[in-house]
Formats: sequence, C-alpha cells, structure tokens
Amino acid sequence: MQLPTISGRLSLFILLVWGTLATQLGGQTRYADLSLSSLFSSGWSSAGAENLLVLQGGAHDPNKRGFTVQNVELSLMGAVDPFLRGEAHLIFQIDAEGESIFELEEAFLTTQTLAYGLQVKAGTYFTEFGRLNPQHPHSWSYVDQPVINTRLLGGDGLRGPGVRVAWLSPLPWYAELFLGIQNANGETAVSFLNSPEEDQFLGRPLVDRELGSVADLLRSARWLNSFNLGEATTVNLGASALWGPNATGEGGKTNIYGGDIYLKWQPLANDQGWPFVAVQGELMHRNYLAAAHNSELFIGVEENLTDFGWYAQLQWGFKRGWVSGVRYESAAGSGKDGIDPLRDQRTRVAGNLTYYPSEFSKVRLQLNLDSARFLDRGNAWGFWVQYEFLLGQHAGHKF
Amino acid sequence: MKVFKVRALLMGIAILLAAGPAAGKKLQIVTTTSDLKAIAEAVGGAYVSVNSISSGRQDPHFIAAKPSYMLRLRKADLFIRIGLELERGWERLILEGSRNRSILLGSKGHLDASAGVRRLEVPTGVVDRSMGDVHPLGNPHYWLDPYNARIIAGTIAQRLGELDPEHEDEYVQLAASFSRQVDTAMFGSALQEGEDAERLWQRQHDGNLGPGFEGQSGTGEARGWQAQMAPFRGVKVVTYHRSWTYFLDRFGLVSAGELEAKPGISPSPGHLKNLIETMQAQQVPIIIVASFKGDKAPNLVASKTGATVVKVPYSVGGNEQASDYIAMMDQLVTRISTALTRSSL
Repeated sequence: MQLPTISGRLSLFILLVWGTLATQLGGQTRYADLSLSSLFSSGWSSAGAENLLVLQGGAHDPNKRGFTVQNVELSLMGAVDPFLRGEAHLIFQIDAEGESIFELEEAFLTTQTLAYGLQVKAGTYFTEFGRLNPQHPHSWSYVDQPVINTRLLGGDGLRGPGVRVAWLSPLPWYAELFLGIQNANGETAVSFLNSPEEDQFLGRPLVDRELGSVADLLRSARWLNSFNLGEATTVNLGASALWGPNATGEGGKTNIYGGDIYLKWQPLANDQGWPFVAVQGELMHRNYLAAAHNSELFIGVEENLTDFGWYAQLQWGFKRGWVSGVRYESAAGSGKDGIDPLRDQRTRVAGNLTYYPSEFSKVRLQLNLDSARFLDRGNAWGFWVQYEFLLGQHAGHKF
Repeated sequence: MKVFKVRALLMGIAILLAAGPAAGKKLQIVTTTSDLKAIAEAVGGAYVSVNSISSGRQDPHFIAAKPSYMLRLRKADLFIRIGLELERGWERLILEGSRNRSILLGSKGHLDASAGVRRLEVPTGVVDRSMGDVHPLGNPHYWLDPYNARIIAGTIAQRLGELDPEHEDEYVQLAASFSRQVDTAMFGSALQEGEDAERLWQRQHDGNLGPGFEGQSGTGEARGWQAQMAPFRGVKVVTYHRSWTYFLDRFGLVSAGELEAKPGISPSPGHLKNLIETMQAQQVPIIIVASFKGDKAPNLVASKTGATVVKVPYSVGGNEQASDYIAMMDQLVTRISTALTRSSL
C-alpha cells in the first residue's frame, strides 16, 4: 500500500479534526469557531511565465496564466480557558507548478486577563508591522499584495515563532504599543536570517548563522493610534520598526521602518456597511547591511543596500455589495537600475471591482499595469478574476 | 505581633476589594445598543453612568469595531449586550481590545439582556447559510416587544444589585417603576391603579382583553399603544428585514413577506416581482422599513402596489423624537397606526 504524501496525511488529519470539532458544536457550547476560507483566481498576463512569478511575487498572488489556488485556509479559534484564547490558521495551496503546499501559517495564544492594558501573544504569528502584513489574504482589497510588502517582508508575509507584548496606553486617544521578538530565520523572514537553498539574496551569498544573543533575534515595535474625525470618519496612524540580523555573514544586519495610514468614511446610518470610502497607504524603508564576504564564490566589501517603496489605495463602496478601487505603488532599491528584478525601480497601477453577494462570498475583477526594466517592452498588463467562499464562523475584521 | 499586622493588612485588602464602587462613584455601564442604554438608565437612576456603542441610527448587526469603542469599554464596570448573536460581528473585537478583564464573557461584568425574554423565530431544525442570516438562537430584535423591555429592566436590576449591593433595593424599585411606565403606555387610562398588568399582556397578545378595553375613550397617549393598534389586528404588512417580528407579534399584525428574499440578502428583482404580486393580491397597505435601510427597493415596491412606506427608527436615538424607550415605541405605534388608518388599501 502506498502511503499518502505528507500534505495528503495532513489534509486527512485536518479533515478528521474538522469532523470531530464540528460534531461538538451542538447547543450553545462553543469550544472553537471553525472557518474555511477558499480563495481562487484565474486570469492572464502579457508577461511570460518566468517574469510573471517575479511580477506577482507574493505567495498568494495569482501568478500564472490560467487558474491559481491562492489560499485555502482553515481557521480555528476560541477560548482556551478563562485566561487564554487560542487561534490557528492552516493553509493549503497549489503552486504554479501544480505542487500541493501545506503551511502552518499561524498558531498562537493571547492572554485575556492581564492588568494595566497588557496582552501577551505567543506562538507563531504574523509580525505586527504596518497594516497589511498581519492581514490574511481573505481580507485584502486586491487580488495581490503590494510589491513593497513582497520585497521587504516576503511573499508569505513576515511571520515566525516568538512572543510579543501589547500595551493599550492610558492616553485619552486610542494608542497601542506592540513590542515583540521572533526567530529571525526561516523562509518567512526573507530580509533577515533566511538562507534558502539558492544561498543568495540581493546578489549576495548567504551563510548559516548561529544564535549568539538576543540581538540575533528579530525585534519588532509598532505604535498604532486611532482618532475619530466626526462620527463618520476614523483614521488609524501607525509607525513600525524591525531590527534583526541578516544572513550575509557576521555583522550583517537589517532594519526596516514603516508608516501606515487607514482612513475610513462610513455614515452611521449605513446599509450593511455601505456606502463607504476607505483610503489606505503604507511606506517602508529597508537598510540591508551586507557583511563583507571573501570566498571562492564571491568577494565583496561591507555594503549598505537600501530599498524604499510605498502604495496608496482608495476603495469606494458605492452601492450595497459593490466596491471599486484603485491602487498605485512604487518600489526601488539603491544602486544601478536594471540589475536585480527584486530591487529595480518598479511601479504598478491596479483598478478593481468587487461584488459581495453576501458576507461569505465575493467575486473580484482586477486589472494590473506593471512597469519595470526587466520586462519586455518595459511593461506588462494582467487581468485577474478572483472568487472566494467562506464556510463557518466568520471572525470580525479589525478596524 | 507580626501575625496581627499581616492579618490587619489582609483584612484591609479584603475590605477594599469587597467595597466595590467607592461611595459616590457611579457604576460605569456600556451597552451595545441605545435601547439597552435607555433601559439601564431608567433602572440605574443616579447610581449609574451609561454609554452606548450604537447611537440608534445604526444597524446594530453591522458596527465597525472602531478602536474608540475599545476606549469606552476600558473603564466599564458592566457591559450589556442584546445577545442572540446580534453583536457577533464586532463584540469580541472591542471587548478584547478594551483589555478590561472584568467585562469579558462569563464574568459578572458581562450581561446578556436576552436572558429571560420571550424569544421568537427560534429555529427548531438545522440552520445553514443557504437560508441567509438566520440567527440560530432566535430573532434578536426582541426589544421591539414592550413586554420584553420590562423583562430586560428586571434582568438589569438584578445584575446591578449584585454589582452594587448597597443600592439593590433602589434598582428593584426603579425597574418596577419603569415596568409600570411601560404598562401605562401600553394600556393607557384603562389600566386601573394598582392593577397587576402581568395578566393583561398575555390577554392582549391573545386578542381577548375583554370589556373595558374595547371602544376605549380618550385620544393619543391616554388610549395606550394597544388601543391605537387594536383596530389593525390581523392586517397584513410587509417589512424590509425580519427586524419587526416582535412588534408585529405583539400587536397582532401579520407579515405578508419581506423585501429581502432571505434575511440579510439584498432584495433581488425576481423576489420583488413576486412580492409585488402577493401584495397586490392581498392589498397590503404598508411597508415597514428601519430608517438606516436604503430607499430604492421600498419605493419601487410602493410605487407598484400603492402601499405606504413607513420608514422609522427602531432604536432609541434613531431620531430626535425617539429620546427614550417609551418615546421610541410611541413614535412606532403612532407612525404605523396613522399610516394604516390613512391607507386606501
């Protein structure tokens, strides 16, 4: 008898867990809220297969002509006991080559009963950097993630095992401070200690580094503020920072700084959330201090590589169930243009239209126009149709 | 000597902990809806300070979990919700975000006002989303039956008494006085002084109030809500969403359908076409619409059927007139009974 593959066995396991938990959900007892969000897309791009993988570099971006299984995510969440809540997100994907992928995206506990406005999160989770990074693909306003997120925080988003403390300050406005430490290694920490098989990042060879002190972990900080501008408008302003080692060698380190804004207008007397206007923007800057390297493979002095990028988007919910949007983004790195498609000057304009038949499903059309030196003729267009269904208990979205 | 000191210290701490809210300090209450706020204010009197998340102009199902709401909850002693999953989309986010451990689900500072109310439309079979947004614990718009408002007042009084035992008796009295106000508003001058209204509510619901309540004299408020609505018992009406079930049930109005084909799903042209035919055949005189709903579908149906659209807030604070619970119900009864009287259908 042939044993199923690892991902096959995991799926079987999850189906069993799902079945067991689902049968326990009778009456008013709720041990765990279960949900399955399934996000698919199909479309076409004028860029060839190889370039398309660079253009749509996010792990959940539609990245091939034809159909993409972007993200099938099983989420479990609930009260662990009177003191803790638990949450886990397991994702399945079928990549551009048709290979099945299983990932433990997040699994963490949060404390519920600490005093002084404190909360601790521990486990493995998305780093609270900026607005988009901690969001799951299901709640994105576009079919793909911004270029600058892919470049600096990675295709999967920045996440990993660690612990963070959040403090809701006693200030008269909403001001929350997040401080955390996480492992700096692994494929979901690309600007840091990630040393993939290719052993290269930003043109520099990568080496494995030992953990020497706390300074070799990824440290993060975020300050989030929120203000109401009248009864219909709320604005969130955030500033985030990351510090950690990188894999170029002894002395190699990275820091990333970012600012974000989210402004939403929605009259109090709205019809299931409509109409609304939401403006969102983030900018990020990375200093990548590459250590000096001297081997047969590569000889290079210590060098500081800087990258910068931003996006700004506007969503207009003009009629119940309907949202239209436009996004502009730009990203560029220091040094000569035209050398590294992952650092060259790039811009992208996207427009989209989304229809939500209910809270639990959506259909989205999106048109992308990309400009970058590495593309034939310097630009490419893409047209994507995204569709989603959601089963189970849908957790509310953070503002 | 040392033992004594430790004991004294422990006793001191125990006294501080047991004292609850310091003398003169009001209990801080945050409610999810303005209706609960109005009732909590009536029951808590001078001993409480109440804040509501929803202003009354919003649809309480769909409230954005704004960070400012978390701040409102930060210092609350008591959180009161409608329950039956009405606030499911946003309640946990703001409770957890407030970092106030004394109001979390399961604690004394968390009160579900649905405990003890008369629930309607509790599904008996399996519920799934092909039926739209069906609440598995029952229809959550129960505050629109004034009888339930009396029950809510009692539930709140009991919890306030537990949190602030010093004023327990006052809370019970204030709840009784609120209930009496509701009784008087309902039965008007026909309610005898000192008469227990409890049995009247059941008889009114069943449509056999008996002599003394028929052809009642007087006008306006003196007649009471029941007398204003009594002539329309059995009349068919259409509503936008199933938010009016309790109101209809209390006054004996009959639903001929909703503009939404299924709860929470936008009215579709096909469904509206069928509904228009039904309304024409049954001569449905009015369409009741909560004030935050869109005008397009109700106006379209009204123009085809000759029915009158009654667009009215279903919560305290929904407009200037709806300043407290009694005033809000007054407005509902007056607007709906007037529209029914004037309708040519």
